Amino acid sequence: MGTFWSRMFKRRVIGSSSAAKERLQLVLVTDRTDVSPEKLQAMKDEIIAVIAKYVSVDKARIEINIEQRQRDHWLVADIPLPKGADRERPLSTGLEDA
Amino acid sequence: MTARVITITSGKGGVGKTTTTANLSAALAELNKRVVTIDTDIGLRNLDLVMGIEKRIVCDLVDVVEKRSTLRQAMVKHKKYSDLYVIPAAQTRDKTAVSPAQMIEIVKELRADFDFILIDSPAGIERGFRNAVAGADEVLIVTNPEVSAVRDADRIIGLLEAGERKLPMRLVINRVKPDMVRRGEMLSINDVVDILSIKPIGVVPDDEGVLIGSNRGELLVGRAGEAFRNIARRLNGEDVPMMNLDSNGGLLSRLARLFGG
Repeated sequence: MGTFWSRMFKRRVIGSSSAAKERLQLVLVTDRTDVSPEKLQAMKDEIIAVIAKYVSVDKARIEINIEQRQRDHWLVADIPLPKGADRERPLSTGLEDA
Repeated sequence: MTARVITITSGKGGVGKTTTTANLSAALAELNKRVVTIDTDIGLRNLDLVMGIEKRIVCDLVDVVEKRSTLRQAMVKHKKYSDLYVIPAAQTRDKTAVSPAQMIEIVKELRADFDFILIDSPAGIERGFRNAVAGADEVLIVTNPEVSAVRDADRIIGLLEAGERKLPMRLVINRVKPDMVRRGEMLSINDVVDILSIKPIGVVPDDEGVLIGSNRGELLVGRAGEAFRNIARRLNGEDVPMMNLDSNGGLLSRLARLFGG
């Protein structure tokens, strides 16, 4: 509890257990889904490239990650679409040459 | 009356499967349950030694499977607990000496005469593990708050989830060192449950009493023994609060408590 004495005696918890938890959570995503960080990065790059063919997007704002819900994993993508002036930019769809 | 068949497994070796099996079986026997344990670690048998019945083995699991003995003949009765029996593994053969189908048969034959059948699984994810879970109704996954044990537990959980029979699974977190958890140097119970996302059935503190007990073939020793008794009662359907591992905590927390913290 947050009494004076327990606060007095409580050490700051900066131990190795948080590293253990983070490392485990990372490696278990790969173990469970067979999607390694490298594979995920390659997937992200390709997804972004496809989207960029159709709309102009700010690549820095795109987030594509694997999220865990209980023991299930989801590939979750947050891709903000451009608005107003951004949209007016000439599109380079990459399809013109086709 | 038909027994519940519970397999104790872990993936990783050395996390305390055999200790857990032995102590839970004794604790269930204390609750006046009829219990039989089966060691499926063929070639590396140890349940007999931990349970202190190693001198009285006549036949083993492989003898039963190969029809050289009946199940009754292979069962060794525990001296201290009246309704506790052990079916030892063979020491000279390997895991292929028994098949999953044969394990299902053995369990079927035992069900009518017992309340609990506890199966001690070998480490690994191969044949021995498959033998151990073949006849199970539920599974206890033993792990330690340690990266490799947690990762291997996750692998086992994944394999069981992917199996045809969706066996209920619960977690036994063994060898917890409360002082290290307090210092942030060991994964906490919440961390482990968080990572593995399966329900815990109990937490067992690291306790030198376990080693001392196993030296002598004695069960349910010390605080770990109390933790195993709690798990047995939970298995039996009782609502037992989780053990407060801090009650015997380090000097600082005791001081803090003394001063009203």
